[in-house]
Amino acid sequence: MPPMLDWVWLVVVLPFLGFLVNGALSFFRPKATRAISIMGVGVVVVAFLVALAAAAGFAGLHAEEPVLVHLWSWIPIGALDISLTFQVDALSIVMLLVVTGVGMLIHVFSIGYMREDPGYGRYFAFLNLFVFFMLVLVLGASFPVLFIGWEGVGLCSYLLIGFWYSEKANADAGKKAFIMNRIGDAGFLVAMFWIFKETGSLAFQEVFARAPSLLAVGGPTITGITLLLFLACTGKSAQIPLYTWLPDAMAGPTPVSALIHAATMVTAGVYLVARTNVLFAMAPVSSAVVATVGAVTALWAASIALKQWDIKKVLAYSTVSQLGYMFLGVGVGAIASGIFHLVTHAFFKALLFLGSGSVIHALHKAYHHTHAHEDAQDMRNMGGLARWMPWTAGVMWLATAAIAGVPGFSGFFSKDEILAETFAKGHEHPLFFVLWTVGTITALMTAFYMTRMMLYTFHGPNRTGEGERSHLHEAPWVMTGPLVVLAAGSVLGGLLNLPEVVPAGAGWLRHWLEPVTAAGDFYRPEAHLPIGTEWLLLGLATVVAAGGIVAAWRLLRPEALVPAREAVPETGLARILLRKWYVDEIYDAIVVRPLVWVSRNVLWKGVDAGVIDGAGVNGSARVARGVGAIGSWLQTGQVGTYVFFFVVGVLLILRAATRT
Amino acid sequence: MLLGPALGVSALLFAIGVGGVLLRRNAIVIFMCVELMLNAVNLSFIALAQQLGVEGQVIVFFVMAVAAAEAAVGLAVILAVYRHQDSVNLQDLNLLRG
Repeated sequence: MPPMLDWVWLVVVLPFLGFLVNGALSFFRPKATRAISIMGVGVVVVAFLVALAAAAGFAGLHAEEPVLVHLWSWIPIGALDISLTFQVDALSIVMLLVVTGVGMLIHVFSIGYMREDPGYGRYFAFLNLFVFFMLVLVLGASFPVLFIGWEGVGLCSYLLIGFWYSEKANADAGKKAFIMNRIGDAGFLVAMFWIFKETGSLAFQEVFARAPSLLAVGGPTITGITLLLFLACTGKSAQIPLYTWLPDAMAGPTPVSALIHAATMVTAGVYLVARTNVLFAMAPVSSAVVATVGAVTALWAASIALKQWDIKKVLAYSTVSQLGYMFLGVGVGAIASGIFHLVTHAFFKALLFLGSGSVIHALHKAYHHTHAHEDAQDMRNMGGLARWMPWTAGVMWLATAAIAGVPGFSGFFSKDEILAETFAKGHEHPLFFVLWTVGTITALMTAFYMTRMMLYTFHGPNRTGEGERSHLHEAPWVMTGPLVVLAAGSVLGGLLNLPEVVPAGAGWLRHWLEPVTAAGDFYRPEAHLPIGTEWLLLGLATVVAAGGIVAAWRLLRPEALVPAREAVPETGLARILLRKWYVDEIYDAIVVRPLVWVSRNVLWKGVDAGVIDGAGVNGSARVARGVGAIGSWLQTGQVGTYVFFFVVGVLLILRAATRT
Repeated sequence: MLLGPALGVSALLFAIGVGGVLLRRNAIVIFMCVELMLNAVNLSFIALAQQLGVEGQVIVFFVMAVAAAEAAVGLAVILAVYRHQDSVNLQDLNLLRG
């Protein structure tokens, strides 16, 4: 093993060190922003460098098998022997680089974005802690170690969504995210128990090696296990039915939305499906469920994104939609394509979020100067910002081109690959043709709503307000710098995995991931498209992307918009879309309210007040008092009575003594 | 020897003492009944000492000494109660009733 891989634990430990130091600083030296910045950003930069070294070391090995770095034995109980082991393989290397690389850029951006926040140290402590847990998640070599990371990132997500906890809405959004994730995590736990019962192990290598011989392909056991795992993914990666927490999670600071709720944490579900691709390949029904849920979520979220006014809400629903694409990819067995889209999405969505953060930052400052209380995130208060923020507008247009699928940009290749693989699967079952159609319609909507967002934000007349206009200006270099780097990734990311039709350098990421996906591919018949069909699909994707952008450009009139304060409420379908199909209201009516009612009337007033307090606590007191009352009736206070009992007792003793 | 009649008288005196304690209400009378029981026991000790040895007679002295001490303490208690309650009727002394 090359020495770089021995040191891979350093990648994980560094962010944790940053968490400890920044946590201490935020308590004892909250004003030491320079030290906090150096520590918070520095550890992630070094972690990124170590990750690069590890990647180079691993690439030099040309290893088919993952490299295991055993640290210590964690839970040795009988047959269950869980050790804290990290696993370095093709998949974890990709995730490692994405998490530390994108994470590093977002940390740098945060220096500018959070500069004036009183909770600066706390912010960086939580962000470092998040990176730590995310790295444990992607490096864990067994289900329990992955689960530590899985729960840890959920905790950090909660802490950072509710970062400005003095406002109740933010704290509620954090709770919502945490609780909806718990529903999914219950599935993860049951799946782990089940896997251990069936295979007798929880380490990835052993489970994947034993599962094919112990479990029947397509049988109820493997289907049940994989569906439970996917339930965990729907929670963490915001898919139907557990997606509603992610849009609310935008209550957190914008760099957090970029790092946790776009680039890394929410893709953990995709990573889990890719990691367990053997199990999913053995359960075709589960895979079809994954693909269907992914495609439906993509369409559903895209439809909501069409009519949102909050710039971050548009991006949040866009994230849900793009995650749906990734699940469509891993669901049809195109693991490499799913991961490819994960990587490109990490670039362009992080860029879009950071760009929106730059816009919000500018508007917020302008409103702060004039002491106005307007919504700095509402696109109706923006417009024409390209004049003041040329850099932000430029890089965000690049990211928009990438997500919309303009040919040559990264999103074009990754999205097209998923759709092409889905189309190819159509020969197995017509369901996949339907999913392909859904995916293509979603691509059209994606291009439309992204162009709409750019149009309303950066073009047309400015609606910020007369007094505020003079205070608008571009963000400092510490914020635009990461944007430019991410823009390069968004444009060039497609080179990682060019389509088959390209003569040279095609499918690099696919070949890189082959050691991980080979075991699963064994169960899946290879679907190959004729070269003509490939070209046709590429052409169609181009038409769809161009159609969406042109349609938005022609149909939407930014000049007709008025600031949010003066806007008239929408009616009809627009209103339904703005209110997100009323899903939150429906969940509230069928889940939250009955639960609260049962908790209040049955659990509180019935069980707690009635049984535990009434029968248990007060009941035992009443019994003691009753017994005491009978006893006190014997205590007459008359000496004669006592003597009488005394004599009777003596007589009884004498009688007993003389009997023997 | 008159062992049988002596024990019979002793038992009779003891029964009178017990009956008095159970039935009377005046503390001084009850006190006298307790003394009666002690002396009934003394009588049976004396009667049995003729056959079983001199120890019975020795114990009688002890009982008489203890009875004297008890009389001193007991009468003092009754006197104190009387000063406090203006009565030595036991039915009036029911502070310990539950």
